[in-house]
Amino acid sequence: MSKIFNWDLILPNGTPVDTSSPASSSSLLNRLQLDDDLDGETRDLFVTVDDPKKHVSTMETYITYRVCTKTTRTEFDLPEYTVRRRYQDFDWLRNKLEESQPTHLIPPLPEKFVMKGVVDRFSEEFVETRRKALDKFLKRVADHPVLSFNEHFNAFLSAKDLNKRQGLALLTKMGESVKYVTGGYKLRARPVEFAAMGDYLDLFTQKLGTIDRIAQRIIKEQSEFLMELREYGPVYSSWSSFEEDLHDPLEGVSGCVSNCSSALEELTEDMSEDFLPVLREYVLYIESMKNVLKKRDQVQAEYETKLEAVVFREDKKTPVPTDVEKCQDRVECFNADLKADWDRWENNKRQDFRQLLTGMADKNIQYYEKCLAAWESLIPVLQDKQEAEGETS
Amino acid sequence: MVEKGTSLLKMMEISVAEAEKRTGKNAVNMQETYTVYLIETSVEHIIWTNPVPDSLWRRYSEFELLRNYLLVTYPFSVVPPLPEKRAEFVWHKLSADNMDPDFVERRRVGLENFLLRVASHPDLSSDKIFYSFLTEENGWKETVFETGFQAKADSRLKALNATFRVKNPDKRFAEMKHYGDELQSVISQLLRVRARAADRLYGVYKVHGNYGRVFSEWSAIEKEMGDGLQSAGHHMDAYAASVDDILEEEEHYADQLKEYLFYADALRAVCRKHELTQYELEMAAQDLTSKKQQREELATGTIRTFSLKGMTSKLFGQETPEQREAKVKMLETQIEEGEELVKERNTECEEFVKSAWVDIERFKEQKDHDLREALISYAIMQISMCKKGIQVWNNAKECFSKM
Repeated sequence: MSKIFNWDLILPNGTPVDTSSPASSSSLLNRLQLDDDLDGETRDLFVTVDDPKKHVSTMETYITYRVCTKTTRTEFDLPEYTVRRRYQDFDWLRNKLEESQPTHLIPPLPEKFVMKGVVDRFSEEFVETRRKALDKFLKRVADHPVLSFNEHFNAFLSAKDLNKRQGLALLTKMGESVKYVTGGYKLRARPVEFAAMGDYLDLFTQKLGTIDRIAQRIIKEQSEFLMELREYGPVYSSWSSFEEDLHDPLEGVSGCVSNCSSALEELTEDMSEDFLPVLREYVLYIESMKNVLKKRDQVQAEYETKLEAVVFREDKKTPVPTDVEKCQDRVECFNADLKADWDRWENNKRQDFRQLLTGMADKNIQYYEKCLAAWESLIPVLQDKQEAEGETS
Repeated sequence: MVEKGTSLLKMMEISVAEAEKRTGKNAVNMQETYTVYLIETSVEHIIWTNPVPDSLWRRYSEFELLRNYLLVTYPFSVVPPLPEKRAEFVWHKLSADNMDPDFVERRRVGLENFLLRVASHPDLSSDKIFYSFLTEENGWKETVFETGFQAKADSRLKALNATFRVKNPDKRFAEMKHYGDELQSVISQLLRVRARAADRLYGVYKVHGNYGRVFSEWSAIEKEMGDGLQSAGHHMDAYAASVDDILEEEEHYADQLKEYLFYADALRAVCRKHELTQYELEMAAQDLTSKKQQREELATGTIRTFSLKGMTSKLFGQETPEQREAKVKMLETQIEEGEELVKERNTECEEFVKSAWVDIERFKEQKDHDLREALISYAIMQISMCKKGIQVWNNAKECFSKM
């Protein structure tokens, strides 16, 4: 760390910061530590997403998240910012980044649309899952050597009112983005490394799709098993109602099955809410990555075509037009950006899936541990009479 | 499940050691395949004079014959049930075929259990027919039929199925019959739901096997993540495979429940028999009362009870004093016989109630003990299943963390 920060949460411009949140200085520090292991890289930009709050207006109900920034960068006017953003704003940011940095891979956002009725958009679990994903998104952008200096990112982190900027930014950036819309050029030969990336992404998408289907199937089977359990447990209860000696043991079994049912319900809910969405986000993410690859192909194709045209004119000994030179630059920049981002992406992907799959394992372990505890606590209840008999006989 | 050291079991070890397939001609001279079971006995003290062979083969129908004989001969005993004739309450992967080796094996265990239960029963174990079932391979069937139990069996069946109303049944037996009904109903329901749940559980585990395959395929396109994924996949395969053993063990629990499902039937039969003896007593008493009333009427000349003779004499004229005296004499004899019958039936009833209640109490204790044991072993099974699950997922987690 190159500098020690002042942890007082007061903005220099006098805006009071919402201190009613549970975020103390120390926990804020914890959250500022990134998932990525940067191996001694000095960081000068820290971003966190926390403190979700529900807003109810006549038109709609929505959640906003607090985005806290601490930085020493000169690109920022102040060393600290605290703003409130909603999902829409994050979506805007990502679109802006994709537009303005077409040669880079932009980190993914959690899914925009959630089926109403299937998932409660305002439940604690859903909001927390989303918050974690949004936090990861901003941290990855903040980590990126190019994206983190993007002016839209800056605006997102610092502007009090994002909407104004939205309009302005849209107008000024329109012209630039048009330049990158190339089309209709045919590519001769895709460089091996980029072809490999494309192939890998295709195969990877396939595997993700398979895993999604398997996970869904498991959830379905578990739900049906749960249905049977919910019928199974109560039968022991009705049995106990006409037994004397066996009353307590049978009631105990009924209670046990009921506990296991609840644990199973939690497991299936977790898998639906935490596991599946992440898989689907990745599939969408890969789609956007493939688009970047396609763009790269287009830029290269444009360059090759223009170069060819120039070559045919070589006899006239005219210098290589700056247009072709610019194309060449563009190709080389694109390739370099993409290669660097690809490595970064591979690392993040590895981390993401390690986290996702260990999370899945953890949920299953927790489920079995809950059931184990229930059944183990039942044993003394079942053996009770026997011990008493042993004493009296 | 059955305690050693009681009755016949004190003197003899019994087991159903093996099962074998045989083919032969049946009663209608058609070729059939059936299974025979090897009963092995080893006697510690020789009490009967017959020489005792060590083992003999019996088929299921012979067990049924033995049980029917016991039912008729000891109506006041809750006779242990046989394992089911056809596989019921099966979940889909389990075969419902009687020739299936798993079914045969479970039946072998059930038959052994039956023999041990009979051998440890205070009344049934000393039965000669039972003993010769265990020791005399040939001619046993003839011996059974020679007892003439068949005739009793037919009338018993008829009586048990008949509907009659008893005025004063012993309350305890009425309660017991009701208990038997409820027990049968609840265990049936339990077995049905359990089988469906087993089906679902099978599905849950087996689908995880698909993770094994996809992780393997995925690892092929990865560099650093490959090893972790591949080994995690193996653990998913192991998880999927583990369900077969789990469900096989659970089948044993289902068999224990089934035994008491069928026991409920035996219990109800004893209660029904009580109703029958009580009914017969009430009928005899009613008949006696009616005859006594008739005598009274003849003596006093008032007709309160209807009799055909009385009506015809009214229509066709009075009877002679001699006729009347003959009638009175007949009635007196009938009344005497009737009183004897009532006494007999009363004793029968009382003795039945006494013996039956003793066995019902014995059965109650046995049931409480056995079912408690069954629940304990079921809980232990669940605990083992949970521990295995934790282990597998921990292994997988380790592999994932190495990705």
